[in-house]
Amino acid sequence: MSGPVRDLTVDSVTGIDVSLPVAGPGARAYAFLLDWHIRLIVALAWFVVGALLYNGRPSLAPPLSNDARWFGTVVAPALAIYFLYHCVLELAMRGSTPGKRMAGVRLVARDGGSPSAGALLTRNVFRLVDSLPLCYGVGLISVVLTRDHLRIGDMAAGTLLVFERAEARLPGSAAAAARGAGHLDAAGAEIVAELLERWSTLTPEARQRLARQVLERYGGGEPAASGGDPDAAWRAELERLASSR
Amino acid sequence: MDGPARQRALSASLLRSDDAADATHLADDYRLLAHDLARARTLLPDSRTREYLEAAYARAHATLHRGAWHIGSELLTLFRDEIPAVVRSLRPYIIWSTTIFALAALAGYALVHRYPELIALFASPDLIATVERGKLWTEGLLNIVPSSVLSVQILSRNISVSLFAYCAGFLFGLGTLYILGLNGLMLGAVFAFVSRHGLGGPLASFIVAHGCVELSVLCLSGAAGAAVGEALVRPTHAGRIESFRIAALRSGKLLIACVALLVGCGLIEGYVSPNPGVALWARLGVGVGYWLFMLALLSGRLFGRRAAHPR
Repeated sequence: MSGPVRDLTVDSVTGIDVSLPVAGPGARAYAFLLDWHIRLIVALAWFVVGALLYNGRPSLAPPLSNDARWFGTVVAPALAIYFLYHCVLELAMRGSTPGKRMAGVRLVARDGGSPSAGALLTRNVFRLVDSLPLCYGVGLISVVLTRDHLRIGDMAAGTLLVFERAEARLPGSAAAAARGAGHLDAAGAEIVAELLERWSTLTPEARQRLARQVLERYGGGEPAASGGDPDAAWRAELERLASSR
Repeated sequence: MDGPARQRALSASLLRSDDAADATHLADDYRLLAHDLARARTLLPDSRTREYLEAAYARAHATLHRGAWHIGSELLTLFRDEIPAVVRSLRPYIIWSTTIFALAALAGYALVHRYPELIALFASPDLIATVERGKLWTEGLLNIVPSSVLSVQILSRNISVSLFAYCAGFLFGLGTLYILGLNGLMLGAVFAFVSRHGLGGPLASFIVAHGCVELSVLCLSGAAGAAVGEALVRPTHAGRIESFRIAALRSGKLLIACVALLVGCGLIEGYVSPNPGVALWARLGVGVGYWLFMLALLSGRLFGRRAAHPR
């Protein structure tokens, strides 16, 4: 049964394992819905534009008799866009699609690398099974019931859907500390970044008290006494410490 | 800790990693990044710095393990070496699936030959009515549907059946068995029915150009599905899922050749088979020629493979 989000841990030649958070049914469904809308809109757009050009007037009506040009330029490309979307884009984007990108997930092989072309093709062939009996019923049940949230196609291809972790951003002060600059170590940089981020949510007394403690600990000076806003002065002093070189 | 600086350098080298020096630099940066991440995991386990390094390390790992993407050489290797190897390993399955299909076709033929009313189980009322009027449903097909449309319709339907025969192996091989059996029964039953109305010859003439390969491909897809099914029934590796994965990935390669062959079948069935202007000898030539082409493709000889590897 599906449990909390777990990580795929992959051994690396460095001895430090790679940790990839496995995407659950929610993230999968979100990515699929995004992709479904994209392919539907693009296929419909092709059909509408193609039909208008074919008819030469504002009408989407098909010809009365079977016409190869209508089929070849309007119907077949629209169907191809709709049905080959995942297969072609996953191959071209090495395991990703626009929907997956927007949802912040991507496909990986069991070793954490990009899946091979064969694996991606196999995964897409098994959509035939996953989509049974309707609305990806088999795939959805499989995703919910398996530990790594795998549909049948993933089991066949040896692939997993993992989060990109692209949202991780390093606080500026931590970056400065990481460059070996200033008085801050990495832990101090984290504290300063945290305090600056939460600055507006704290009362002036609390933030000034915390700023004083941090500055005392990491060798920053007290703000010079002037007629200006003391709150802004404490903040400026913290920012100076964070970005000091 | 200088992880971010390394990450920037890493990113820069990823952008211009087109020579050996950059590749070496990338590998060095990856190792140093791993070192930084190890320290962050120990010293700052719940920090954003660790999160950042985790993400950078995962991206670098994915980049290093992506491998070069040489579509031309990969396709050549696939068709010249890998598919022939799969065909060799699936030989027993191919024999069995062909036997099952042939037996089902014979059973269908015998059944309808003996009890003609049973054709209603296998064919549509329209098809039955047309044959009872002494005509094949294929006559005048091109007057109704253009060849190009017909080809695309046929090839997409055939590809669906072929892929289903493979995927249905997931049901412990029973799905594949069902698809092979049903298609065999239908073929035999329809042949028996049209033969009773004196149309067996024209139907064979219609089928011969595309049918040799089309039916062979169905048996090949069935063999691939049967291999997947057996991997689930009798796992050969650590577990059923692992065994299933290995069998599906391996036998799935054959499906690429099958799909390519079915595109050709669709074109033949759209342009040659329904065309009354094409003589029987020409149809036979196309059918046999395309079947030999299939053999050359599946043995790898079409792409320069000289002889099978010794066992």
